[in-house]
Amino acid sequence: MSKYYLTHLQELESEAIYVIREVVAQFDRPAILFSGGKDSIVVTHLARKAFYPARIPMPLIHIDTGHNFIETMEFRDNLVDELGIQLIVGSVQTAIDKGRAVEEEGINASRNELQIVSLLDAIEENKIDAAIGGARRDEEKARAKERFFSHRDDFGQWDPKNQRPELWNMFNGHKRMGEHFRVFPISNWTEMDVWNYILQENIPIPSLYFAHEREAVYRDGTWLPNSEFLVLRDGEKIEKKRMRFRTLGDITITGGIESDADTLEKIVEEISATRSTERGNRSDDKRSDTSMEDRKKQGYF
Amino acid sequence: MELLRFTTAGSVDDGKSTLIGRLLYDSKSIFEDQIEAVKKSSERKGLTHVDLSLLTDGLRSEREQGITIDVAYRYFATPKRKFIIADTPGHIQYTRNMVTGASTANLALVLVDARHGVIEQTCRHSFIASLLKIPHVIVCINKMDLVDFSEEAYNKVVEEYEAFASKLDITDIRYIPISALNGDNVVNRSENMDWYKGSSLLDTLETIHISSDQNHIDARFPVQTVIRPHQDEYHDYRAYAGRVAGGIFRKGDEVTVLPSGLTSKIKSITTFDGDIEEAFSPMSVSINLEDDIDVSRGDMIVKTNNEPEVGQDLNVLLCWMATKPPRPGAKYYLKSTTNEVMAIIKEVTYKININTMEKLDEDTSIKMNDMAMVKMRTTRPLVYDEYRKNRITGSLILIDDTTNETVAAGTIHS
Repeated sequence: MSKYYLTHLQELESEAIYVIREVVAQFDRPAILFSGGKDSIVVTHLARKAFYPARIPMPLIHIDTGHNFIETMEFRDNLVDELGIQLIVGSVQTAIDKGRAVEEEGINASRNELQIVSLLDAIEENKIDAAIGGARRDEEKARAKERFFSHRDDFGQWDPKNQRPELWNMFNGHKRMGEHFRVFPISNWTEMDVWNYILQENIPIPSLYFAHEREAVYRDGTWLPNSEFLVLRDGEKIEKKRMRFRTLGDITITGGIESDADTLEKIVEEISATRSTERGNRSDDKRSDTSMEDRKKQGYF
Repeated sequence: MELLRFTTAGSVDDGKSTLIGRLLYDSKSIFEDQIEAVKKSSERKGLTHVDLSLLTDGLRSEREQGITIDVAYRYFATPKRKFIIADTPGHIQYTRNMVTGASTANLALVLVDARHGVIEQTCRHSFIASLLKIPHVIVCINKMDLVDFSEEAYNKVVEEYEAFASKLDITDIRYIPISALNGDNVVNRSENMDWYKGSSLLDTLETIHISSDQNHIDARFPVQTVIRPHQDEYHDYRAYAGRVAGGIFRKGDEVTVLPSGLTSKIKSITTFDGDIEEAFSPMSVSINLEDDIDVSRGDMIVKTNNEPEVGQDLNVLLCWMATKPPRPGAKYYLKSTTNEVMAIIKEVTYKININTMEKLDEDTSIKMNDMAMVKMRTTRPLVYDEYRKNRITGSLILIDDTTNETVAAGTIHS
């Protein structure tokens, strides 16, 4: 029996590092899209490995919706300090103030879709030609078709009928002026792979992922955290719960689950036993059957 | 636990999407909210059963037409292995997607309807698997429930396939009678087919031996990028980053850099987790050499006594992927591993009838989805191996210099 084989995590890691290195080699002004969520944290960790012992040769871009969890922002700042790299922040509030984006109203209002404008602005202002994100193909139906190197036109838009075939492991990053690429090095990773990798590498992640006490309201099958933006419906009441988050979006749209998992090992155990998908608690995905696809066509992540 | 990548190919009506849905469902890789969503969709469509194929058809236009039109990647794992499925369409106009999914696959699942046996599509898909050198093929003879689970019907299909497969270049072909709709022999062995003594599909997928499919003999390291820390503590540090494409590299090995021909020795093989003694494919590492020689992206580091080919004239089997045919005398970017040169198609030696495998000498026009053996000439020397020796160093793509599209996929032959 050959000893020359890799475990699935080692193979996935090697593939991701390969993709990240390809981006830096093929593009002049690449950047890493950083949300503070576990996927972008893993991508950043992989980028660190890819260029060791040199520093990561590109900045992080964070789109600040103004509705972020505080813990996410703190985590981001600490990480950037530690890595010694540049942080670019795109602000949704600024976009709203400038009239480039319109605030949603109503009880289900969220700034999720408004990120599109800020992201495209940040990319254009900084002349980013390749943005590396932590999206995975198993996350959602519209991402199952996504390439590693996803071409976006000069409006930042994604046309599913027009993506280039990816053969063997060659990535065609040729483009015209003004166009850019979104690159997804962990395309082939599942949620379990990400967690098992975080566990294996002991990667620090925001405290939100671990069980903690928080005020929340039970709505649409999930525990929505209390915040200054929360508007209560009739009959709803805020309760104090021991809970954690499986995915981190804005505080307005991210629902948590009741949980006692306060260590990485317990989180991994809980997830492998769990029966609903990671994004199942995201109200932004529930808006319609083709929610993600529609947002991507407009330029979302 | 290892990773197995496989493709699924079959006609729209062969039940391929149902099979995948069944694999995901029975291996408990589908979550409750996804099942609920599919149940609701099935009801809304007026179906009397839960349509498992709805789990996999994703894009709006597909859902409207009810078919799959692109490569979709699905993931599931059992305690024994992690699987990546490249689900590809059956129509001939999506050959390019099939070739894409097949290029990195260890194994191909070919689906055949037990009532119809081997049809044109079966041949085409199997032929592509053979041309792309997928090492293992599992022929799933589906809809056994519609032929009363008859052993005769199964044997008839096996015979048909064997006759045709003798012309193919695949060494490992297996046959399994299944019913994707009812689950027979998919995850669990069927109670309706006592005469079948083999394993279920999932069992086969979990145990098929794949670690010897990699080339561990010919050491190949295409350089992706040069790592230069620009920090005081790493003043003269220079390492070549890349993914091992074949063979095994060890500290101390004598190496040659191609195409320049310069030689040196490996000083160290570095990773974030420390220096290592040996690196094999498909590991991503960085290599430090003893000598300060000129090495950059596109070069290949190999072991001195085992070198690949270096040349400008190539015999390439192309799969044309663009809607517009090649313009005579047109220059394309030719990309192979990390190297990129300009190239022209000098002549078409022969086309291949992708359904019958016949060589067509007279017709030399190339259209979308055609496969043809051509002679190419590059502007600068390319470092390569024959595809049958190494799928990474023996493959290439052509890029149109005006549209930036990937117009063709190619495998290099002697």
